[in-house]
Amino acid sequence: MVAQSLQGIAASPGIAIGPIFHYRPRRVMAEHYPIDDVDGEIVRLEQALAEARRELDALSIQMRDGIGPREAAIFEAHRMFLDDPELLGRVWARLQTDRVNAEYAWQEGAQHYAAALEAIGDNHLAARAADVQDVAQRVLRILSNKTSQVAGPTEAAVIVADDLAPSDIVALDRAKAIAFCTAGGGPTSHAVILSKALGIPAIVGLGDAVRHGPEGVRAIVDGANGTLLIDPDEATIAEYRQRAEAFRQMRDSAFGVADQQAVTTDGVHVEVMANIGSVEEAAAALASGAEGVGLLRTEFLYLDRDNPPDEDEQTAIYRAVFEMMGQRPVVVRTLDVGGDKPVSYLNMLVELNPFLGLRGVRLTLARPDLFRTQLCALLRSGEGHNLRIVFPMVATVEDVIAARRYVDEARASLDARGLRYARQCQVGIMVEVPSAAVIADTLAEVVDFFSIGTNDLAQYTLAADRTNAAVSPMADAFHPAVLRLIGMVIEAAHARGRRVGLCGELAGEPLAAPVLLGLGLDEFSMGLRSIPLVKQAIRRFSTEQAGSIARRALSLRTASEVRAYLTSVASQVGDRPNESR
Amino acid sequence: MTATREIVVRHTVGLHARPAAQFVKTATRFASSITISNLSKGTLPANAKSILSVLAAAVQGNEQIRLSAEGADEDAAIAALCELIDGNFGEPE
Repeated sequence: MVAQSLQGIAASPGIAIGPIFHYRPRRVMAEHYPIDDVDGEIVRLEQALAEARRELDALSIQMRDGIGPREAAIFEAHRMFLDDPELLGRVWARLQTDRVNAEYAWQEGAQHYAAALEAIGDNHLAARAADVQDVAQRVLRILSNKTSQVAGPTEAAVIVADDLAPSDIVALDRAKAIAFCTAGGGPTSHAVILSKALGIPAIVGLGDAVRHGPEGVRAIVDGANGTLLIDPDEATIAEYRQRAEAFRQMRDSAFGVADQQAVTTDGVHVEVMANIGSVEEAAAALASGAEGVGLLRTEFLYLDRDNPPDEDEQTAIYRAVFEMMGQRPVVVRTLDVGGDKPVSYLNMLVELNPFLGLRGVRLTLARPDLFRTQLCALLRSGEGHNLRIVFPMVATVEDVIAARRYVDEARASLDARGLRYARQCQVGIMVEVPSAAVIADTLAEVVDFFSIGTNDLAQYTLAADRTNAAVSPMADAFHPAVLRLIGMVIEAAHARGRRVGLCGELAGEPLAAPVLLGLGLDEFSMGLRSIPLVKQAIRRFSTEQAGSIARRALSLRTASEVRAYLTSVASQVGDRPNESR
Repeated sequence: MTATREIVVRHTVGLHARPAAQFVKTATRFASSITISNLSKGTLPANAKSILSVLAAAVQGNEQIRLSAEGADEDAAIAALCELIDGNFGEPE
């Protein structure tokens, strides 16, 4: 029994149980009054800025030593705002000519630049505007002589807030803030990056309801699923306690052997690969124990710019990834955008149903200029490496034939230009549209391999939009309908000697490992953090055991029956894998 | 005298985040006054030693900028900034 259950966006995995604490960071608003002693006011602001610099330097060092350079950079950037000559020039001018108090002059200057960055209408710059506000608050707080922004909890608690700034997260006592839950906020904010790096479970986008959760009442935060349970009964708490403990133990043991292969108890080696979306992540993938890249998303090359990247630029970036991976396989997905993630220079039309619209391979087939450039760049950069090209959102045989024609055309173009390229490159498709799964036997004749994308396959199979909170829980890849389609695809592919990988979130769920193993999946590909956990889960089963678990799971009626069954299976085999990522 | 150069920023994210910070740190090493204007967006010359002004120039990948420096070390300043941009901020191109 749970008194109330709230669903938000999973931001940082892990389970935490504790009383709710409403954190209301007091935003300091500067008063505005005239001053006589201008010099005294200047000294006051100088001292406050010096103190803010000391705080930020200490935070950067603390972050770099304890967490990582990426997190430290957040506060280094804050530090640069404090030294900005234009901002300071504006503030000093205000102080001296308008003779206003230090707080007001500082706030006005910071607001001016925050507003300017926000007005540009770019998400990255809007996030920097939030950082400017955070720094502005730090200085205002020092000027107002507040020792800390607001009192944190006195005992270990689940922190609930409207929204959190990076400074809020680090200001809260690490031992007492056991989880973060916010009403607003997105999964890509700096605050989320920090909570992930700190290993603190977090849920964002819980909506206004979370603010009415009574203070002091016990709650369970399931960060992997984005679920907040308010006032659960003892049995539920006991169940989650056990899960949290099992997760801790498993994680500790799994990370120790992450670089070893995943081999089943009967000696079958299963390939575990990484999903990545940048050059930086390629290096991190190797460090996490990945045996290759099962999915390289290429959208990062195309977004946040005014023109598509040309062939040379793309070739250089792909080559950086290939050089890092050596002879390990790298599966590269061609540009996968659509109406839901528009790219300014593509002049895409507004669509009523972008998920059913011109996206994935449909878009690149409609824009041959983009497609040719990307394919030429991929073939060139893959020379001497293990390149595999995969087309997203394939629904029909015609899609494959048309797309392959462009690959042939790209080869001819490179030959004509006398350029070297990957001649042995395999060409495959993402199986994420139900029609492709149903005709997998036919498609297997025209491709070299399949890669199943379970996020889209679940959303299309269950007709539930992943981005619509009202129905998104239905788009559950554990649903027997999705699992049966996966089974069909693998069977059809193996009958024709084709290999099958899976790169959706399901591959990164340790709970799903025995089912996928039992269905005969050749390759698991997932986010870097899941690799040690999934490898560990695979090592616990024999292929025979996994086969019977898969048969049983496919015969169940609902997604929750499948989850319950797999949870019981995992606990019988020993320490229980959590479905956390 | 003024040293001026026009250059295309090839970095995929443009002058955001880490590249912007590196750019400002490099500019700050020089005594000359240095300005940056985003020619592709037609922005006015802004202080290249100000991180907020550089961010507000909203320079994205493949956009053209104009750098001008005036002072004792103006040539060295322009050379150092162009080297940073040409070297793609130390990342593989």
